[in-house]
This record gives sequence, C-alpha cells and structure tokens, in this order.
Amino acid sequence: MTDPVIALRDVTKLYRRYAYRRQFSTLKSALLKGSLASELEPSEVLRAVDGVSLDVSPGATVGLIGRNGSGKSTLLKLVAGITKPTTGKVDVRGRISALIELGAGFHPEISGRENIFINGVMLGLTKREIARRFDEIVEFAEVEDFIDSPVKTYSSGMYMRLGFAVAVHVDPDVLLIDEVLAVGDEGFSLKCLDKFSEFKRRGKTILLVTHGLGLVQRYCDEAVWVDAGRIRGQGDPRRVVHTYTTDIASNEEHALASADRKALAATEASGAGADDTPEGSTDLPVVTEEPPTDMFQAAQGRWGAGPVRIDRVALERDGAEAHVFRSGDRLAIRLGVSTPEPVRDFVFGISIFNAEGVCCYGTNTDIEEFEPVELSGSGEVIFDIDSLDLVEGTYKLDVAAHTRNGLQYDYHRLLHTFRVKSHTKDAGIYRPRHRWSFSSGVRLAPHPMSR
Amino acid sequence: MLNNLWRLFGYRVLIQTLVVRELKARYRGSVLGFFWSFANPLLLLLVYTFVFSVVLPSRFDGVEDNYALFLFCGLLPWTWFTSALTESSNALLANGNLIKKVLFPAEVLPVVAVLANMVHFFLALPILFIALALFSATPPGFTELLWFPAVVAVQFILTLGFGLMLAALTVHFRDIKDLLGNLLTLWFFATPILYPWTMVTSRGPSIGGLPPAGKVLMDVNPFAHIAISYQEILFFDGPFGHWKWLLALALGGVALFLAGFALFDRLRDSFAEEV
Repeated sequence: MTDPVIALRDVTKLYRRYAYRRQFSTLKSALLKGSLASELEPSEVLRAVDGVSLDVSPGATVGLIGRNGSGKSTLLKLVAGITKPTTGKVDVRGRISALIELGAGFHPEISGRENIFINGVMLGLTKREIARRFDEIVEFAEVEDFIDSPVKTYSSGMYMRLGFAVAVHVDPDVLLIDEVLAVGDEGFSLKCLDKFSEFKRRGKTILLVTHGLGLVQRYCDEAVWVDAGRIRGQGDPRRVVHTYTTDIASNEEHALASADRKALAATEASGAGADDTPEGSTDLPVVTEEPPTDMFQAAQGRWGAGPVRIDRVALERDGAEAHVFRSGDRLAIRLGVSTPEPVRDFVFGISIFNAEGVCCYGTNTDIEEFEPVELSGSGEVIFDIDSLDLVEGTYKLDVAAHTRNGLQYDYHRLLHTFRVKSHTKDAGIYRPRHRWSFSSGVRLAPHPMSR
Repeated sequence: MLNNLWRLFGYRVLIQTLVVRELKARYRGSVLGFFWSFANPLLLLLVYTFVFSVVLPSRFDGVEDNYALFLFCGLLPWTWFTSALTESSNALLANGNLIKKVLFPAEVLPVVAVLANMVHFFLALPILFIALALFSATPPGFTELLWFPAVVAVQFILTLGFGLMLAALTVHFRDIKDLLGNLLTLWFFATPILYPWTMVTSRGPSIGGLPPAGKVLMDVNPFAHIAISYQEILFFDGPFGHWKWLLALALGGVALFLAGFALFDRLRDSFAEEV
C-alpha cells in the first residue's frame, strides 16, 4: 500500500449561518483563534463536513456523489486548500489543479491570449511553460479565431472551454473537478472525457464531484457517497451508486407519501368548515358538492355529493405501499370505499395522468361492463396492473365513484402521485411491450454498460 | 507569518502580471488609452488651480507665486495614496471569484492595487518634472532629488500597510468601503497639500505645554510628512530638512506594514467564507 496522495483526517468544516449581528464574534474568533466559527453557538453554525476521513491513493480516480448541499463541494474545496478545515487535517501531495469554476481568474476586458498567460501564472506555471503549451491550449479550447479579442466578447461556452483548457494544461498531479465535465457541446464533452482518460492513464490522481452517476460507474475506481457532511458509503462505484440510488428512491417514496397525505388532509380540513376557508389556501384542494364546470381545467381537488366515499387510496407493489416504481413493476391501486346507506347505482373509475396533464389511461367499471348490484357498508376495490409499462416520470391519479349517468359520489382529482423510474430513457406516454430483432446483415451488440 | 511574507516575494511574477493586467484593462476601450494617466492629474490640477485662484482666491504665504506647482507636488502622491487605499479595500470583494474558487494568494491583491496606482503616479511624474523645469524659480537640485526615491519607498510601505489592513477588514465589515471615502476626504484637508504646513504649525491652542494644536496635528499625521517631504524636495528651495521625520516614518511604515500583514495573515482563512 503506497502512501495516500490525499489524506483527510477527521475533517470538520463549520460554516456560519448567515447573520450580520454576529460579525464581531466571528472576527474576534478569527483573530484570536484563527477559526471563524469557534465563538458561535451550535445553532448558528452549519456542519458542512462532519468528521470525514478519507484516503486517496496515487493514480486513483475517485468520484464523490451525493445530494445537493451534502458537502461534496466543500470537501473538494478543503482538498484544494481554498478553505481550511475547522478541525482535522488535510494533506495533499503534489501540484493541485482545481476545476471548481472555469475561467474564474479571467479578466473580461483583456484578450484571451493575455488571459491564458495570467491564468497560467495564477495556477503556478512559469511564463516559459505557458508559452510552450500555448498553442495546445488554444487548440484544445477551439478559440483560435478569437484569441486576440477580449474575453468579454466570448460566448459562455468559449469562456468555459478556455478555462478548462488552461486548467488541464497545468499538468497537475492531483486534479479536482467539480461538475464541470458537462461544459460545452457534445464534441467538447467528449474531448474533456478523453483528457480525463489521458490523466488516468498517466497515473494522475483525480477527485471528481458529479451528479453523473454513469460517469462515476464508467471512469472511477472508487466512489464515495457523501450525505449531510458524512461519508455514507465508499468503495466499488457500482455498489455505492446502487446504494445511493436506492436511498434516493426511498426518500422520494417518503416525499411523495407525505405530499399525498398533505393534499388529502387539506381536502378534509377545508371540507369540515366549508364556508370559512382560511385565506391564502386558495390553491389547496377543496371538497365541494358540485364538480367544477370544466373538468379538464380542474386542478387537484376533491368533490362529490356522497353517499359513497373513497376513504383510502393506496398504491401497492407486491402488497406493500409504494410511491416509486420501476417500469414493468406490478402496481395495485387499492380503494377503500364506504357508504352509510346501500347504493345500487355505482361506478368506480381510475385515470392516470402524466406530468404534462395528458391522460395516459382511463377506465371505469361501467365501460368494462360490470353491472352494479349493491354496495353497502364498507369494502375494497382493487385495480391491478400486471406490468406498469409507462416511461420514466411522475404520474398522478384520478379515482372516482359516481353513478352510471355521471353524478359524482366522490371524486379525487390528481391527489395521488407516483413516480416511475426506468433504465431506458425512452420517450412518449406509453411503452408498448416490444423487442428488437435484426437480420443477419445488421449487427448490433448490447452496450457494455448494460448487464 | 514570516514564511508567508517570504512567499509574497515568490509571487513577484504573478504580481507583475496582475499589475500589467490592471493597467491594460483600465484603459481598454477608451479612445485616449494610456494618455489618461497623464491627462487625469493635469485636469485635476486645472480644477484645483481654478478653484483656489479664481473661485476662492487664497493667498498662502510662501507659495503665492507658484501655487499650482506647489499644489501639484502634494496632489500627485495623494492621488496614489487615496486610490490605492480605495482599491485595496475593495480588492478582495471584487476578486471574490479568485478567492472562493481558485487557490489564490489573497495578499497579492492589495499589493497589486498599491503597485498599479504607483505606476500611474510614475506616469504622471514626467509632467510634474516638466512643469518644475519650466515654471519653478528654484528647480530641485541633484542632491535633493536623491531623496525622492526614498520618499516614494516610504510612501509605498506605508500605503501597503494600510492597504492590507483595509483589505482584510473590509471583508468582515463592508461599511469600511463607504466610510473610507469620507475619511480620506477629511484626511486630505488635514494634510498640507492645498496649503503649506507653515500656515498651520503655529495655529491652535497649546494644551498642557505641548506645541500648538496645529503642529501636533501635523506631527501625528503620517501623510503630512510624506507631503512635506515631496514639497521640500521638489518645490521649496534649500536642502531637504525634513529627513529625520521621513526616517522615523520609514520605521513606522515598516512596523505598520508588518502589523497589516499579520492582521491579513490572521484573517486569511476567513476570506473564502466571508467574501
């Protein structure tokens, strides 16, 4: 085991939550203790990085993944030396080049040529070194025709390409990248990835912050999942990315479940005191006796005259309540219905809408030729979909109980949400069962990434 | 800290590059370009001369014959001083990108602000010397002129000390930016630039056996000694008599610079967060 190039030991970084009134105490603590946050109460600081220890061995490519605000970028800035840890120790060996913001040192009024030199000097090159790499940089950035114009006239793509080109031509031992490989058009992105691979081949150490999980799986030797300032997972990229996405999905699950609960609770709350709707709650769904005049314009809500009520709507996968599904999963919609008096004229209906409000599918028991006989007390209506063949996206449900000629008992309009995830990024509103086949003259191989 | 101070010396290529960038960028896009470095002090001189000879005619003893020239000797260094401080105080905030996103030695920025303005001062000097040669009844002698670089050096180190302090503190207190302009105006009028120092040294009450208040005020005002030195060397006849004060100020300037650098160094780690 060689010595690590990057070594973080129990690193914690506190940020001050922004409040002007404590300026003096931060200045005081900065002056006396060399630390900004030590004079502050725990409630006034934010633990951006919380006791992280991490070793990166020479030549490794490590991907940092995690949600927004999880502390990835702070971690990268700590490694770069741009900020200092509140406690703990950061050790980095060799020349660092940090691609945190491209073209950060450019002066808009002066030419690209001069900016390359100045930026290079800032990054620690000598003028001779820059002169030697100058043509390469310009060629890489594809700005040959504009090299003597002030950079304020550059398009944002040109600006960032030039920034990227200078930063990678510094020839660092450690390259820190914060979500900047997505710069520019397709062609340039590929070039960046090539450069990236070249660094890898030459045994440089790379620390990469990205939301591109595919990139992590394809290029990184190791992935580190950062969550709320701590390392939640570390190791084989596939495994870490998998646990991370699973966690994301379960969080979505919670978010969707609580959103649905809120929407439904709002209809009940406002239904209780029909006339004194609290102010500012106009966008909340309201239970009304009358259906809205234009059904297609209606936002989420609930209406109906009863007596049949849909008390409970549950989305289930294999018997367990769920809000996030994979394309092709089994989905069961379970309606808990009740009525105080027996009813002989009733229809149950369900519609699925996508995020644009397009109805992907709608049906009811009447269309499908079920004759209502009698509904009394309470019971359950279950709508089973064997294979949820929808493309990736968020969907909302309408569920309804009404008479055969359309008088609403209880109508839940867009109150229930579920999300569909898919490996395939296909498009449209509906995914027919399909497969591809090719005759002998047409040869295709499955993508190396798909198992 | 000493280590960091030594590193500052190692950044000289970077500093030089940035000063050149600053100078190039300043007049980029203006028709007259670098000519403004000459034109600005000249125009400023015309305004002051007009005000103090036509609008508010003032006759100060000893300088009445060549008032414009006297004014020029103090005004040029003051312009360097005041614009260097104004720019320093804003240097870290204006270059927040460098401090937050790049590993960049922040102390370079106030140094660049002071140096860039020094270059402007140098660019205006030919006009001053031409004016002296043409209009002065007693142009400065060679031995007197030898003192000139010394005054410039003292002013440089003093300005840098103030600049570093202001740059670091403004990050924590943005109020300094607004306060500074007014303080500098006050300072300007408290400094013998518009009037000769001899006018004020005998004025004011003497408190508790001290010399008159005007003299005390002059003595504790560091820029007064800078201005007096320039005026003695360039404008007034006779040998340079203020050299003891200048030497003392040089020591004070070095101390101020070290204090400023220490303060800056201490607050350095806070910049990336507070900018």
